[in-house]
Amino acid sequence: MDLHQFLTPPAETARRKGPYDRIVTSSRVRLARNLKEVPFPGWGKKQDRIRVLEAIRPAVATLPEMKESFSETMDTLSTLDKQLLVERHLISREHAARSVGSGLVLNREETLCFMINEEDHLRMQALRPGLQLRQAWTAIDQADSALEKRLDYAFSPELGYLTACPTNLGTGIRVSAMLHLPGLVLAEQINPIIQSVNKLGLAVRGLYGEGTEALGNVFQVSNQMTLGESESAIVERLEKVLAQIIEHEENARATLLEKKTKMMFNHIGRAYGILANAHSISSKETMNLLSLMRLGVDVGLFPGADRSLVDELFILTQPAHLQKQHSEKLSAEERDLLRADMVRERLKSVSRPIPKPAGAGAGLDKPEK
Amino acid sequence: MLCCICKEKEATVHLTQIAGDKMQKVDLCEECAKTKGVNDPTGFSLADLLLGLGASKEIEQAGGGAEVKCPRCGFTQADFKKAGRLGCPDCYQTFSDALDGLLKTMHKGTRHVGKVPESFRHSRDLADRLKTLQKKLTKAIEAEDFEEAAILRDEIKQTTARLGSPATT
Repeated sequence: MDLHQFLTPPAETARRKGPYDRIVTSSRVRLARNLKEVPFPGWGKKQDRIRVLEAIRPAVATLPEMKESFSETMDTLSTLDKQLLVERHLISREHAARSVGSGLVLNREETLCFMINEEDHLRMQALRPGLQLRQAWTAIDQADSALEKRLDYAFSPELGYLTACPTNLGTGIRVSAMLHLPGLVLAEQINPIIQSVNKLGLAVRGLYGEGTEALGNVFQVSNQMTLGESESAIVERLEKVLAQIIEHEENARATLLEKKTKMMFNHIGRAYGILANAHSISSKETMNLLSLMRLGVDVGLFPGADRSLVDELFILTQPAHLQKQHSEKLSAEERDLLRADMVRERLKSVSRPIPKPAGAGAGLDKPEK
Repeated sequence: MLCCICKEKEATVHLTQIAGDKMQKVDLCEECAKTKGVNDPTGFSLADLLLGLGASKEIEQAGGGAEVKCPRCGFTQADFKKAGRLGCPDCYQTFSDALDGLLKTMHKGTRHVGKVPESFRHSRDLADRLKTLQKKLTKAIEAEDFEEAAILRDEIKQTTARLGSPATT
């Protein structure tokens, strides 16, 4: 099956709506599971992994929600396709590096994704646009309950679900949300926020998860502890913290508009200027500038422009997505040229940011909650 | 001296921390020191830093010098030190003493709270039932109620058989 044909077009993905999607771009709940008496993928032999893959893949396929799914082994996917999946946040970078004995099953709606033989035998995740942690948990809980009837999970009444890394032991759950926080970054409040979130036992990571940069002011917040706390308690704790971060971000934006109007408009205006006029631009710079433009759309500086235009560009300008639109192999320099061409073309329909008169309109610009 | 985290670069940062009556020493290269946040005095604790290293040390100690090897998958303490991950689900049993301390520092608790697979809920119920039946049997024998004891014995037999076979629900 052709992955590119299967994946939802970026234009459509960018238009998906969810609660608080001004700030929360997506919610995810992942569960780690392993089969009894079989070595974990990192330690097992190729035969062990193939055996696990052959047990899990058909079991996943029987789930009613996995009808019409995309199901492949990692060795049949090209490097480019794997990168495409990483850019869509459907698989981890670690999984993209896997080959024989690992697999992937993804449903039509891209709301359920099963990674087979990543760090654990099975890592299943439910994804939702906006802030929908509870919905994501319910969905993955249901899939897991159906699967446990067909798969013999490694489980201990004392330690819970047994995982390759002790950090995932117990519930094997990772609840996370992707947050767009340009306001807190511009107001230089992001570091104290990250520190206090860390103190609460939650992790803050970059755009592509563990060990990555917060490109485009996108941060991923997730639980770290998995043992000694129930799934619903973890979901609840995260919901509370996220609600606070959302409030801080909204406040930061409102304060910037009111007190640092010039600084904010300067950033957004320059971002638009570069994006609309550049002839060569890197993926990293594009993301960081698109983030500022998204902020501009959110605070009403680009009347008529929709957030989905920015979000679509955010997906399309990433290296693998750009490469996929061209048949010949592109060098990084060539990609930078084509990326700039694409962004300029798309922004033709977006007029220059219109700053509201300072003082008079600033208060009224305050985004609705 | 090599950095004790990456074991590749020369260690230039040397730290000593005294916790209780124990002294811990760490030697790090500049890069690892930075990533571990050693330069940031507020967020730094030697214990956190040593989480990975200390864990494998504990495993070594638990083995009493002799190498502990997982009977299922052949995984050893040295492998854990290298990979930071375990070999198979049974390793949790094999290295349980050593892991206990590690889990305490890592998680909210050391006992699982949360979802339990249906089959375990099923067998847990059966195990509970078996215990009750056995108690009743003892009482019945003491009371010389052999009729009742015979019934109980049959029930125990059935329950044990169900417990032994995998749940079919």
